[in-house]
Amino acid sequence: MFLQQLINGVALGSTYALIALGYTMVYGIITLINFAHGEIFMVGAFVGLLLITYFKLNIFVAMFLSMSFCMILGVVIELVAYRRLRRSSRLSALISAIGVSIFLSSLALMIFGADAKAFPDDVFPLRQIKIGSAEVSTLQLSIIGISALLMLTLEFIVQKTKIGKAMRATSEDYTAAALMGINVNRVISFTFALGSALAAAGGMLVGLLFNAVTFNMGLMAGLKAFAAAVLGGIGSIPGAMLGGVLLGVTEVFGVAIGYSSYRDAIAFTILVLVLLLKPTGLLGQKIQKKV
Amino acid sequence: MLVVEQLSVNYKAIKALTEVNCEVKHGEIVALIGANGAGKTTILNTISGIVPAASGRITFEGKDITQVPAHDIVKLGICQVPEGRRVFSKMSVLENLEMGAYSKNDKKMMQEGIERAFQMFPRLAERRKQLAKTLSGGEQQMLAMGRALMTNPRLLLLDEPSMGLAPMLVEKIFEVVTEINKAGTTIMLVEQNAHMALSIANRAYVLETGEVVLKGDAKELAADPEVRKAYLGE
Repeated sequence: MFLQQLINGVALGSTYALIALGYTMVYGIITLINFAHGEIFMVGAFVGLLLITYFKLNIFVAMFLSMSFCMILGVVIELVAYRRLRRSSRLSALISAIGVSIFLSSLALMIFGADAKAFPDDVFPLRQIKIGSAEVSTLQLSIIGISALLMLTLEFIVQKTKIGKAMRATSEDYTAAALMGINVNRVISFTFALGSALAAAGGMLVGLLFNAVTFNMGLMAGLKAFAAAVLGGIGSIPGAMLGGVLLGVTEVFGVAIGYSSYRDAIAFTILVLVLLLKPTGLLGQKIQKKV
Repeated sequence: MLVVEQLSVNYKAIKALTEVNCEVKHGEIVALIGANGAGKTTILNTISGIVPAASGRITFEGKDITQVPAHDIVKLGICQVPEGRRVFSKMSVLENLEMGAYSKNDKKMMQEGIERAFQMFPRLAERRKQLAKTLSGGEQQMLAMGRALMTNPRLLLLDEPSMGLAPMLVEKIFEVVTEINKAGTTIMLVEQNAHMALSIANRAYVLETGEVVLKGDAKELAADPEVRKAYLGE
């Protein structure tokens, strides 16, 4: 029972983590909460669904294409909705983000309608595997595996590649990075691309997990992932991973011990508690005012 | 080499610079001195492209660079060591140096730059794997200078290299500045420590509330009674 719930929780949590990474990376670099991020996740799910249903693509090919599409979407959103507002107040950019979010979900409602769409049955070879006392589906294991692989790739990019190092430099000191010859705008675009790709993958995985893709799925998932990012410490990449998994596990255990009607409240209770007790989150660092 | 003409800069409604003219010739060390808020840092930041000019013109080796963005200024061969050093504290010494060579896609130049920096500052070599935030103030200044020299710039802009350092370290840093200059890099130096600055500079400009009020040979300025009274504490 415990193992069963733990695996359920980790599978759910790793999708939260995938989305939370986008929030935290963008925040780390331009201190903006990109509230359109949840909608990118939703678009990723729909694009994957279309590719699989109408073009009969293999799920992995579809996931790759959906991630690429959302990369471009993320870059365009930053270019159109945030770049010009970078020097204005935080509030303007935030309102712009909410605008983009409403635009995208309304667009999806217009195109796909209000009812939930499901992936075709044969898209994923679904089987149950017994691990000890737990029954785990191949889908859950794949979700955990794909998420882990994506996060390892991200960690490699951020730690070892030239552009990844430039991301870390820019998130620490925007001006000093520019003085080193780093094209800060390009680094910001790259950050949006990375975050959006992860959200797209998350969207498809969640769509498969609940077998439902809806125009408003980005709202709740986005808010929960945001709570996960805050729990881990906003701005911290390992924090977002940890926060996502912890949140997923807590939610599943909360439901298992009988609080299923409070399912969504669990995430936000955690958010409120973190903000009250440890606003920097589990792995976040004290925010130093730059002089 | 570098010519600044009639440069004015505003921060919103506040005038930071008013029609400043100055010039740096090939091979020189030029010092900008003046009190806090006189506009010294603003001049460097406008040259580097991180503060926009309201009017006026900056030319570097005959090319108008007034509107060139910061990351392209570095490619032209102008590097800045910013005030307060601003090393990337959560990155290692080695990674900081790599960032200095970001604009050049050249592995060989990067290796040479790192070796040059380690030769100039052996302390950095010992600490290459350490995070920059674990370094002392002096070591951070060395790192910031090594980082700016990675691409072998033709013009080095130094903003308050002595700030917050013990007197012995200040001398060491100024020695290095002279060496860098002898090796062929032209230097524009902003300093509150006017005494030290004038002792190594060829020429200097004195700024007051955003305007150049005095200019000339560094030795002559150091002997000027008004400069001595206002900036050398006599």
